[in-house]
Amino acid sequence: MTDRVPVLKIGEVLLVSIQTDLDDQMVLDLQEDLSHRIVATGAKGVVIDISALEIVDSFVGRMLANNAAVSRILGAETIVVGMRPAVAMTLVELGLSMSGVRTALNLERGLKLLRRIAAGRA
Amino acid sequence: MNTESNTRLLVDTLTARRDDFLAQWARTVGEDLRGRLSMAELGRELGELYEALLRALSAGSLDSHGEEFGETRSLLIELSRNRARQGFTPTDTARSVFALKEVLEPSLTGDADSVRAYLQFSRLLDDLGLLTSEAYLRTREEIISSQAEQLLELSTPVVKLWDGVVGVPLVGTLDSARTQVVMEKLLQTLVDTDSTHAIIDITGVPTVDTQVAQHLLKTVVAARMMGARCTISGIRPQIAQTIVALGIEFGDIPTNASLSDALRQALKEVALDAEDDVRGLL
Repeated sequence: MTDRVPVLKIGEVLLVSIQTDLDDQMVLDLQEDLSHRIVATGAKGVVIDISALEIVDSFVGRMLANNAAVSRILGAETIVVGMRPAVAMTLVELGLSMSGVRTALNLERGLKLLRRIAAGRA
Repeated sequence: MNTESNTRLLVDTLTARRDDFLAQWARTVGEDLRGRLSMAELGRELGELYEALLRALSAGSLDSHGEEFGETRSLLIELSRNRARQGFTPTDTARSVFALKEVLEPSLTGDADSVRAYLQFSRLLDDLGLLTSEAYLRTREEIISSQAEQLLELSTPVVKLWDGVVGVPLVGTLDSARTQVVMEKLLQTLVDTDSTHAIIDITGVPTVDTQVAQHLLKTVVAARMMGARCTISGIRPQIAQTIVALGIEFGDIPTNASLSDALRQALKEVALDAEDDVRGLL
């Protein structure tokens, strides 16, 4: 059995902090877990912290975009936070723009952005 | 007649008339350089060179690539480097070496031995002269590459305009190498200064073609992925027309005619964010 990425609930927000490089199975498990937790908890927002990730391949990039789309359908807004400069540059070179995903510089700003969205101001 | 007796003959001649030769060498070179170098400095340089040459010859070698000429070679390379920095042509530098041939020529006695020795010596000087040209070229290349690097660094500053707002005033054409540097610096500054807004000012970019636009878009998208709002400002009318004529799509990337407009917009958003933060606390 492979490791699973923990999904933590804080109020109306689900926090996913990715601490290790992801293999494909972990990515699929996370997608599964997250959608179930959103439904179970009725969360309004999801914050995915990737500040520990040094390598993001196109598969993980697509997963992030997919997650955002899935959560939006389930009524939760997804914010990807803490992307490293090198990772951003790699994703751009790969041709991924993640246009459907909201991003923030760090976890704090991500949570603020969620509050702002909830208040209908962003 | 072998190399050994040739070098002995040379060493004898060069030692016996050292002061005479040196003075004449310095004079010949000095005339050639037409006073662009002080005679004292020239005399010192040539003196060192002369001694090194003499020592190498005394060791019995006429091979400019040999171990004995190591000192001579390094002296020549140093000399060539200095001359390159002072703006002399490689011909000037090489001629300084070749001039020793002229100096020695009158002392030819005409017998076969001395002619042979002279020819061997002149071949040696040819080699050494070529070495200075090579060193000159290498020095020039080093200067050029270091200047190119400096230019790259100089031309891509990322400045903090306000709390949470950074600006990148681009000057000159964007190629992929520069885009890489700009992107790296911008993204790192965003992280370091915890900024939410970035303004790329292209007032100093002479032309925007599809390639440059592509690079700009990449930078904006990368900054956006990090969670910053990125604006392009300083678009001149001419450039706006070119962009439309080329059919370049900036999509939903905000653009402004001037940096001040972009800054005003960014400050407005920053103020709005701060207001929300206060409300969130209450």
